[in-house]
Amino acid sequence: MIKSSPHIHPHGNITRVMLNVCLALVPGIIAHIYFFGLGLIINMAIAIITALLTEAWILKLRKHPIQPSLLDGSALLTAMLIALTLPPMVPWWIPFIGTAFAMVFAKHLYGGLGQNPFNPAMVGFAVLLIAFPQEMTRWTSPAFNDASLLSFVELVRYSFSGVLPTGLSYDALTMATPLDTMKIQTSLGESVSAIQSTQKVMGEVAGFGWEWINLMFLVGGLYLIIRGIIGWQIPAAMLLGLFLISLITSLIAPDSYASPLFHLFGGATMLGAFFIATDPVTASTTPRGRLIYGFSIGLLIYIIRSWGGYPDAIAFAVLLMNMAVPTIDYYTQPRVFGHDGK
Amino acid sequence: MSEYQKIIKDGMWVNNVAFVQLLGLCPLLAVTNTVVNAIGLGLATTLTLVATNIIVSMIRNVVRPEIRIPVFVLIIASVVTAIELAMNAWFHELYKILGIFIPLIVTNCSIIARAESFASRNSVGHSFVDGLFMGLGFTVVLILLGAMREGLGFGTLLSQAHLMFGETARGLTIVLFDDYKGFLLAILPPGAFIGLGLLIALKNIIDKRMAARRPTPVPITEVSESLA
Repeated sequence: MIKSSPHIHPHGNITRVMLNVCLALVPGIIAHIYFFGLGLIINMAIAIITALLTEAWILKLRKHPIQPSLLDGSALLTAMLIALTLPPMVPWWIPFIGTAFAMVFAKHLYGGLGQNPFNPAMVGFAVLLIAFPQEMTRWTSPAFNDASLLSFVELVRYSFSGVLPTGLSYDALTMATPLDTMKIQTSLGESVSAIQSTQKVMGEVAGFGWEWINLMFLVGGLYLIIRGIIGWQIPAAMLLGLFLISLITSLIAPDSYASPLFHLFGGATMLGAFFIATDPVTASTTPRGRLIYGFSIGLLIYIIRSWGGYPDAIAFAVLLMNMAVPTIDYYTQPRVFGHDGK
Repeated sequence: MSEYQKIIKDGMWVNNVAFVQLLGLCPLLAVTNTVVNAIGLGLATTLTLVATNIIVSMIRNVVRPEIRIPVFVLIIASVVTAIELAMNAWFHELYKILGIFIPLIVTNCSIIARAESFASRNSVGHSFVDGLFMGLGFTVVLILLGAMREGLGFGTLLSQAHLMFGETARGLTIVLFDDYKGFLLAILPPGAFIGLGLLIALKNIIDKRMAARRPTPVPITEVSESLA
């Protein structure tokens, strides 16, 4: 029986891989800040500090050497991914609880890096979404013009004390996301084309700001593939799955189902495809298995987005497929050279 | 250590139904979202265990071994039905909240496990003590888990105490944190699984510490068979 999970690290060590992935996130982060303001920086800072402190604490409890694990960058990456999934304006304890839960429960209780069956960042996000639905579903409106964003000081004060600048209410700063809008309006009987032409938040193809953020994550993801840090199979299969099912439904009922472009460049699709689903620890490890794994995530994302209870579905789709990984790996093991097929 | 002391220790700690045998997890996980629910179900289960243990022990020499399981099932089903009717009459509100989990006590594996592995082989007195303390051990875990989940999830303890203890108990509710937003995860099913896992881990740590303190480990003499 072959042991699962990565057998060979093709390029250098974990640190180099993790830091390259963090680097590839930068274009998307810049786009996110450009459209949604500096809230992401605050969330990311809190998440990173929490991740490093919890990691150090647990390693000490488990009597493991602290420094090498702390510096391998895996905690840093988990924290960055959690921060990227949060709404830009949340109280400080949201990134704190999410990251601490991810590190303690999703990573170290299963045995630490390389042993966890579930993607820690997505566990942290799912816990937050289920435990604090109110805070987690209020997205600030994208910057239609520069004046609508809060300053860094105002954002820090909001994060730690919940005080908004005088004259502003939270409701004035937030609005439904493109995926929310699409879901609500189509359920009210509006046609997709009418929603996209009348609602300012829908942007050009997949939501104002969101289409650029996704494009930037696509650029970062392609960099990772070119550098050989992630394989092409999972992102390609996931995007293909999402593309095919949205193409079919939008051809059958163009008024009630959005186009494939909307799904590919909306929500967190590209972040999920290149940075979350490709996590080497929790993804499938065989070549054919990766295709099945990615494709199923793509299908699940579409199913939950269109017919489920939540507007976006990267976390749930990835976690559900994480559960299926042992089975996928078992049935897609490559034939050992010199042995007959089945 | 006398026989009774050993039975008591078995029920409350060494062979605790919820911590060690991991039986009856379905009600354990489902109704521990508040302390009052936990107390209600815990006491109903204890009562069932005591009654079935006594009856099974009394007829243990009369019933032929070939048909003992159907007979146990009949006894347990009758006792649970009686308790369900009694709760419906005296704790009607609580009965409505606990709902399906009261009739489902009949499927709690710990009850038939005690009937088969203990009551059918021991005297009435021993069986009574065993049923009582197995039930109380289960109840204590239910209450601990309920307190953890209610405290984290709602920031209160013993809310809706009047359902269990009558109108005078309304004041029993303890508010742990004022203006608490609530950590919904603790109330939802994942909170039950995570909470039980943490409690079992805690018990294992305590066991290890106690074993380390003693020079010679105490042998575990009876291991109950689980019929789950």
